[in-house]
Amino acid sequence: MQLYGENIFFISLAVILVPAFILGYCEKPLKHYGMAATVFFVVMTMKDKPQALLYMLCFVWYEYILAQIFLRITTGEHGSRVAYPAFLILSILPLTLHKILIAMNGNAGILAIIGISYMTFKAAQIIIEISDGIIKELKPDEYIYLMIFFPTLLSGPIDRSRRFEEDIRRTIPREEYLEMAGNGLLKILLGMVYKLAIASVFYLLMKKFGMDRTLISAAIYMYTYGFYLFFDFAGYSLMAVGTGYLLGVKVPDNFNKPFLSKDIQEFWNRWHITLSHWLRDYVFSRITMDLIRSGKVKDKLTIASIALMINMLIMGCWHGLTGYYILYGLYHGVLLVLFEIIRKKSAFYKKHKKDKWFMVVSWFVTLHLVLVGFFIFSGRFTRGVAFLLRSHGLI
Amino acid sequence: MREKLLVMIEELCGDEIVREDPDIDLLEEGLIDSLDYIELLLKIEDEFGLKMSPSELTREEMATPNRIIAVVEKRLA
Repeated sequence: MQLYGENIFFISLAVILVPAFILGYCEKPLKHYGMAATVFFVVMTMKDKPQALLYMLCFVWYEYILAQIFLRITTGEHGSRVAYPAFLILSILPLTLHKILIAMNGNAGILAIIGISYMTFKAAQIIIEISDGIIKELKPDEYIYLMIFFPTLLSGPIDRSRRFEEDIRRTIPREEYLEMAGNGLLKILLGMVYKLAIASVFYLLMKKFGMDRTLISAAIYMYTYGFYLFFDFAGYSLMAVGTGYLLGVKVPDNFNKPFLSKDIQEFWNRWHITLSHWLRDYVFSRITMDLIRSGKVKDKLTIASIALMINMLIMGCWHGLTGYYILYGLYHGVLLVLFEIIRKKSAFYKKHKKDKWFMVVSWFVTLHLVLVGFFIFSGRFTRGVAFLLRSHGLI
Repeated sequence: MREKLLVMIEELCGDEIVREDPDIDLLEEGLIDSLDYIELLLKIEDEFGLKMSPSELTREEMATPNRIIAVVEKRLA
């Protein structure tokens, strides 16, 4: 069974959410039912590959033990300083090796674990916040539930442990649950329309008109691929968030009309929100904090630029250690730095940013910068460049 | 303390409006960005010895001058 991928999943989901709704309606806790549903779906997803299930269990167990040991160490005053980088590296090590193996061999072997990319965010967040002193205890059942929570296992949204625990520990009043369930159901249905209907149309258009080696075809590909990517991913995310709501978990939203963004910074607050906010809180913020504290770099714009470039480079590498993903990260890093310079230095920008005509132009430019970004992300840009170079005998 | 915090926020925003309207949404109005937010946390640490992690509170919980003041007051109490 594939999560959110085939009819049997949706039928099982519909059946499994009915008792959840009854429990929620009766103001009963949903935690244990949600855990059982998660175990069911995780097992069903991997029932043909029992070894994959074993690898996943080992991975989650490894991350849990790591966090527990780190938690014990940091209760001492100075333990944290030395141990923190080591534990952080150990927590992202399986994913790093997974990405390296894929880049080298095309498959990740025993590290081909479903959801490893997204689980690693949660594991790393917990290590970082233990070091900050804001996570003081970890319960094994809650830790595992957060990691493998089936609605978000495959592709997010990326939830945060303290928020998630608060949700699963509380009893939701009937009226609030009914509203959540209603919203959840709407999100699931809208998600289905996005992913199964609209995304499919763009995909078909892309395959029919966008695959030739002409400039017009490449342009059609750029538009259709961008919109396909949005409706596919946003549709999946809506279904994941909606399912979470019915299980009493307010999974954070992942998209907020990204194609209406008027600048690239706004885009990253509207596109794959849980990823960009995770990076903001755990990468960008930490780099800027260290740079300001160290006093080595004084200029605010320089600090922001360094942090943005590292932040987006990590974003690119997280998608995969392939040329076009890394290029995609660098591309967005450069765009964000350029926008930062304009925002801070340009008198013209400050004067006109609230003018209607300026906003329209800015929206149009942003939309196209974003679509070019997706074009790079798709791998077609680098393939096209390679083709051009080859046909001119340059490589 | 309220006064000290208002001075800090005002310096970061470069705008007196935070005094006139201490319930203004600093992020939505574009008055502080992610880097300013980190500077604010570091200044609070320097001034009051109160260490706050960048991810501890959501940006909504720290959205207005009044909310920031309330959080700091509560922590120091």
